[in-house]
Amino acid sequence: MAEVTLRNITKRFGATLALDDVSMTVPDGAFVVLLGPTGAGKTTTLRLISGLDAPDGGEVSIGGRDVTDLTPAQRNVAMVFQQYSLYPHMTVRDNLAFPLKSPLLNTPADDITRKVGRVAEMLQISHKLDNKATALSGGEMQRVSIGRALVRDPAVFLMDEPLSSLDAKLRADLRVELKSIQSESRATFLYVTHDQIEAMTMATHVGVLEQGRLIQFGTPREVYETPVSIYAAGRLGLPRINILPADIFGAAPPGTKWIGLRPEQIRQGEGHDSEVVRVEHLGDQTRLHLRFRNHDVVTVTDAHTELKAGETLKIRPENPYYFDATGARAF
Amino acid sequence: MSDFSVIAASRTQKWVAGTLVVGYAVITLLPLLWIIATGFKSPSDAIAYPPKIFFEPTLEGYVNLFTTRTRQTAEFLAANPPQTWYEEIVRKYDMVIAGPSRFGGRFMNSVIIGFVSTFLSVFLGTLAAYAFSRFRIPLKDDLMFFILSTRMMPPIAVAIPIFLMFRALGLSDTHAGMIMLYTAVNLSLAVWLLKGFIDEIPREYEEAALIDGYTRFQAFYKVVLPQAATGIASTAIFCLIFAWNEYAFAVLLTSGTAQTAPPFIPTIIGVGGQDWPAVAAGATIFLLPVVVFTILLRKHLLRGITFGAVRK
Repeated sequence: MAEVTLRNITKRFGATLALDDVSMTVPDGAFVVLLGPTGAGKTTTLRLISGLDAPDGGEVSIGGRDVTDLTPAQRNVAMVFQQYSLYPHMTVRDNLAFPLKSPLLNTPADDITRKVGRVAEMLQISHKLDNKATALSGGEMQRVSIGRALVRDPAVFLMDEPLSSLDAKLRADLRVELKSIQSESRATFLYVTHDQIEAMTMATHVGVLEQGRLIQFGTPREVYETPVSIYAAGRLGLPRINILPADIFGAAPPGTKWIGLRPEQIRQGEGHDSEVVRVEHLGDQTRLHLRFRNHDVVTVTDAHTELKAGETLKIRPENPYYFDATGARAF
Repeated sequence: MSDFSVIAASRTQKWVAGTLVVGYAVITLLPLLWIIATGFKSPSDAIAYPPKIFFEPTLEGYVNLFTTRTRQTAEFLAANPPQTWYEEIVRKYDMVIAGPSRFGGRFMNSVIIGFVSTFLSVFLGTLAAYAFSRFRIPLKDDLMFFILSTRMMPPIAVAIPIFLMFRALGLSDTHAGMIMLYTAVNLSLAVWLLKGFIDEIPREYEEAALIDGYTRFQAFYKVVLPQAATGIASTAIFCLIFAWNEYAFAVLLTSGTAQTAPPFIPTIIGVGGQDWPAVAAGATIFLLPVVVFTILLRKHLLRGITFGAVRK
């Protein structure tokens, strides 16, 4: 339970600038989701906070204490790695107990039994406790890996795509579980994911990283509703935001080059003709792939729509975003 | 599985392969069987031509190996009847046992020098290999090549400088000197072998341990070492085999106190020339520790050889 602050963090790997002057304050008890494609610096950010890597410049502090020069053990953070990294020579029970037995915590034996038992139950792996870690399925391994973080009571939880290797059902269960752990324990979470739903449902804050720079930091709704750039707008929203030339629907505000339309910013049945190319019935909603003046537009419509490919649909923008030539938000 | 399967071997193929393997094993083991058999022959059977395949086994060779004997007069022999089975054996030649031979001491020298140098090579090698595998070290590749380059010539090529150095430092014919020498020769092999094994262990394990509240050294000890056990075991076998079998330096640098078994065994002289059964008995006993060590670690050795091939 602690506030995490990054001040002007820079990190290079050889010639690559992995993080470029990143400053961020993660409030105590926040659940921060870091978004960005591979190579944007998400994992590096977690590793710098954990102490596995040292920044080339800048300062990391946890709970108001400068930890830049401290070892991972001294920082009291828990981390779940993207590749589950269970100790293969130990049983599941020993894996879960490993952090509790560390010189840092040095937990009494009956406490260990109790905590390991509780976490195993929560993650539905109680029946596997005496298995060798290598005798588990991928999903089970990842649950143990999450469990190894949850048995502790660290200052910060760092999670690097912890649910990505799990099946949809388990992922949904654990998403709820993690979120409730976080709100009950009031622990601070930093969480890396590619999953839209994880980001929107779990996060109290979203940080958008672009090539090592933190370009936007705010609540999921802020980032979704007021993106600072085309790139930030593209991180959230399914189907993704449509980016078209600014003047495609008529006069555009001066100095703008692109218009950005999320599905809900496209009013259907009014305005200009577009051709329906494909209709995808997803059950709870229907996706429309439209062709509008030589540009592809994807939007969502009523689940029970009668529209068919080849038909014409009128569309017009409603409160769209405008971006300038660099991709930055203009209006 | 069909008759045309490309994976399953046919009956004929299995037979051919089996015959080849058995044939190769027989050829390889024949000299070994010869040595073991000779150890149980009498001196005349040992040099009989054509060689005797069936013979009356005797422990004469073993008795001669472990004892020194003197000839005695008929009166003395008559006055002191043999007390033990081994004395009875030597009486055939009108001899009595004067005392233990030096073989026991030489054998212990081999054990001490072989196992201590193996332990040191593996211990230092593991630490060095871990450092080379995990840390950013300036000139790492050059250093690794330099370490390997010490193996690029036969060690005996530097025999003369080493002989002079040992003499100047007072290390000639000492256990410490031989242990240092074998450790130095084995260390480069140990570093290279172990670096390969440790490279295969994902860093995430240690990183997880660091996060879990352990220091770098504790992570190494609790997480890396158990997983490197296979590599450590096979490296230890290679080091031991070298140190155990080494002959040339042992001849050159040891003569008494620290002499190992290999230079000693051929010097066993019996009555009227080389005592071949005693030499063969010495060789047989000399084989045992490496055989036992290898059998104890064979599971690791086999996994060591296939290491890298079976990991996903």
